[in-house]
Amino acid sequence: MTEPLLSIRELRVEFPTRRGILTAVDGVSFDIAPGEVLGVVGESGAGKSLTGAAIIGLLDPPGRIAGGEVLLKGQRIDNLPPEGLRRIRGKRIGMVFQDPLTSLNPLFRIGEQLIETIQLHTGMNAAQARDRAIALLVDVGIPAAERRIDAYPYQFSGGMRQRVVLALALAADPELIIADEPTTALDVSVQAQIIALMKRLCREHNVAIMLITHDMGVIAETADRVAVMYAGRIAEIGPVRDVIGRAHHPYTQGLMGSIPTLTATAERLTQIPGSMPRLTDIPTGCAFNPRCPHVFDRCRVERPELLPAERTLAACWLYAADRRATA
Amino acid sequence: MSTAIVEQPNEVFAGTAGPLVKVDHLTCVFDVSRPWLERTLAGAPKQMLTAVADLSFEIARRETFALVGESGSGKSTVARMVVGLLSPTAGQVTIDGVSMSDPRLAAAREKLRRRIQMIFQDPFASLNPRWRVDRIVAEPIRAFGITRNDAEVEARVSELLKLVRLDPADGRKYPHEFSGGQRQRIAIARALSANPEFIVCDEPTSALDVSVQAQILNLMRDLQDRLGLTYLFISHNLAVVRHMATRIGVMYLGRLVEVAPARDIFAHPRHPYTRMLLDAVPDLAMAGRQRKPVDGETPNPIAPPPGCPFHPRCPFAAERCRTERPHAIVTGSVSVACHAVEEGRI
Amino acid sequence: MSVLAQPPAAQAHRGLLARAWDSDIGYSFRTSPVAIGAAAITLVIVLATVFAEFITPQNPFDAAALNLMDGFTPPGEAGAGSGMYFGLGADSQGRDMYSAILYGSRVSLLIGTASVIFSLVLGVSLGLIAGYIGGRIEALIMRIADIQLSFPAILVALLVFGIARGLIHPSLHEQMTFAVMTIAIGLSNWAQYARTVRASTLVEKRKEYVDAARVIGLRAFPVMIKHVLPNVAGPILVIATINLALAVLEEATLSFLGVGMPPTQPSLGTLIRIGQQFLFSGEWWILLFPSLALVTIALSINLFGDWLRDALNPKLR
Repeated sequence: MTEPLLSIRELRVEFPTRRGILTAVDGVSFDIAPGEVLGVVGESGAGKSLTGAAIIGLLDPPGRIAGGEVLLKGQRIDNLPPEGLRRIRGKRIGMVFQDPLTSLNPLFRIGEQLIETIQLHTGMNAAQARDRAIALLVDVGIPAAERRIDAYPYQFSGGMRQRVVLALALAADPELIIADEPTTALDVSVQAQIIALMKRLCREHNVAIMLITHDMGVIAETADRVAVMYAGRIAEIGPVRDVIGRAHHPYTQGLMGSIPTLTATAERLTQIPGSMPRLTDIPTGCAFNPRCPHVFDRCRVERPELLPAERTLAACWLYAADRRATA
Repeated sequence: MSTAIVEQPNEVFAGTAGPLVKVDHLTCVFDVSRPWLERTLAGAPKQMLTAVADLSFEIARRETFALVGESGSGKSTVARMVVGLLSPTAGQVTIDGVSMSDPRLAAAREKLRRRIQMIFQDPFASLNPRWRVDRIVAEPIRAFGITRNDAEVEARVSELLKLVRLDPADGRKYPHEFSGGQRQRIAIARALSANPEFIVCDEPTSALDVSVQAQILNLMRDLQDRLGLTYLFISHNLAVVRHMATRIGVMYLGRLVEVAPARDIFAHPRHPYTRMLLDAVPDLAMAGRQRKPVDGETPNPIAPPPGCPFHPRCPFAAERCRTERPHAIVTGSVSVACHAVEEGRI
Repeated sequence: MSVLAQPPAAQAHRGLLARAWDSDIGYSFRTSPVAIGAAAITLVIVLATVFAEFITPQNPFDAAALNLMDGFTPPGEAGAGSGMYFGLGADSQGRDMYSAILYGSRVSLLIGTASVIFSLVLGVSLGLIAGYIGGRIEALIMRIADIQLSFPAILVALLVFGIARGLIHPSLHEQMTFAVMTIAIGLSNWAQYARTVRASTLVEKRKEYVDAARVIGLRAFPVMIKHVLPNVAGPILVIATINLALAVLEEATLSFLGVGMPPTQPSLGTLIRIGQQFLFSGEWWILLFPSLALVTIALSINLFGDWLRDALNPKLR
């Protein structure tokens, strides 16, 4: 197996508050191979966005990485000083957020922002950088790029803005793009365009993508592998078809059943009883145990590790060796 | 469960013939120009935005009629006009035979208000953060003077909370102590508290996580069966609409382009925009496959294209589509506004 | 269902005070020495002025209780006439400064509080109407507010005071001074409330809970009072606290200029005006002690208001 591009080991993100320390991400580990699209899916409060922010050092204080390692091509980046991380952001890891306006400064022409980023990371001169900026805009499908490069962000529609943000993320030829809910603010028809674009860019530029979203449909279409998060932990991780088609963790199963589809005509949707635990009182043992239909004693006391279940890994005691032997 | 007070299927009205809700040529134009002084100084003309144009549909008793469309389609504006939060510029809404804009029927309309309720999109904004849950749920009961007896109000509120599967003791808490899904249950309890028969639901689950969405959608269906409710369901999510609706109207730039029974829309979409929307929806069964992206985005509603508003994005657009606005052609239970469909080109 | 939402349930049944103590604001208060100090000093002063009758040796407003022979007694000495002990000295009339300061502070705080309530009610009502109704009414109210804010508050107060003096029969002047002062200071401060409330109302009225109230047929007035007002109250409280300090100072300024409280019922400002006549003749205590009292009151209320503003602003937390 090739060396992973990005490797997360036992990542732990904490928020100290006056009522105690909240653990928002708790022992998360995964790898992303070069050129791979890893989907990270979960409901609000699952810790998926914080995982992304922690990787690129953009946690809002008082949030902090309290444990674990982040390795980019085998080199630790979680303990770098802020300046070192800033050099990696944009250059080796690009970023796309839900709201394009968080990445684009409304006061500057998009060309200025692109050229600045290109020059900062590549040392091209102004003319070369402008040519590259236009090429990038053409690449992400902005019509009349030579003219539009001098427009301001507000002169673009939501979909076009997200294309510009993609161009900005690609400006310095990064190896990885972290995309946090990149299509959530867009209409379905535009969403389809952006997803197709991301897949093509990923292939042509050989960038890996960490795609963070709550939308299983987007993951189904885009990702190679998917990690399902629940209460700050990975519940299940595996190839996207297996996680969607043959989920093993009871939470993943419930989640898949609760998504209404265009084809199924079931009168009632499957529903998971109860609601996501608050960070202040995550149950002991398996975080999902109070809502789980298959819960047994071990789940209430001992936290499950990721265990092999067919082609996926599921953090569930149902797949412990002794259980499988009896089943 | 003892829900004697709450459960009063609306038989009184169910006997009346005809649709419960009738929307005729509803139009809403917003003045989006700059303030008067600024405009006069700059010599700029008034800018008008036609959010809803010449919209007509009917909703039968105990059915769920869904309006779907992307942002800017005007679907939420229709919802606001139907419940009376917004006055139409032209056209009218008639509920159970009573026109909502006829000044002579003011008294009848006041009585009608109790029978119409609304569920909103954002459960974090739709509950007054300074009120306790029991006061929130009881507000319609008191406003409509259903009972002034405090003990009766209290009994009713706890029944309503039980009906939406919350603990009656939750009434003593404030909204911020609940999750999004629980808040939407509280909003539903409030909507049900005055025994309405018609509920307008404006994107009721789009702010919720999928597993919570499933709980709320199931609850809304159960309540409909149990209490004989009629829903106008506004959503941008076709999969959700498929799960809820009996009939569906597809909106684009303030106009209805297609109205058909839910099964028909999904099996045989007719209007090119409906087809495009269906193709664009991501589906779990599609893992690894590519959906068909469509070109372009919704145009600015201040300056909509002439002719058919969809023609700049339509693969079947012909000369006639660019100049002449198509009218709804009704065939059986389906109504489509498209020249290409009318001419048999698609 | 609510297994996971259990902890807050226990909280809901505890007393209001216990919950306030445990809340974020309560925590912020407990950990801010400045806020505790300012609140304690304010509380002591308020209590002292309220119960002034019981903790002062004489009633300084009662001319019969004064002994002219006690005039100009320095601090810490016994008066030549009555033999009474004057801890903070006595003024030219033989009035005990300590008593005069407490009674004067009472007048100052009463006028300050009354004028704050007056401007608060006026400003909040106009701001709510402007924000909620909108249109021409809003334009009118907000332009008047702009005009008011473009004059210094003290000028507006002087103007109102002058007009009121002209309208009221001279024989009633002394009795009406309190009301006139309250209205004059109140009218010079309402615009800030109106602006803040209008801005918050514009935000709140777009929220869906307002729509929900309108759907059940509630008219504009009940929606404003029952729904919008409680949600715009936070900033009002902050402005009111800080304005109380300003109003006390404004009252002192007016009285110092001689257009405020008469010497027969002196406020702190009146005492300072009287005192400055004696500064150069060596009777420094007649000026110094009322001035110190004024500074202490204004400063402690202001510091408390500053803390309250920070505590209620979630962005700073």
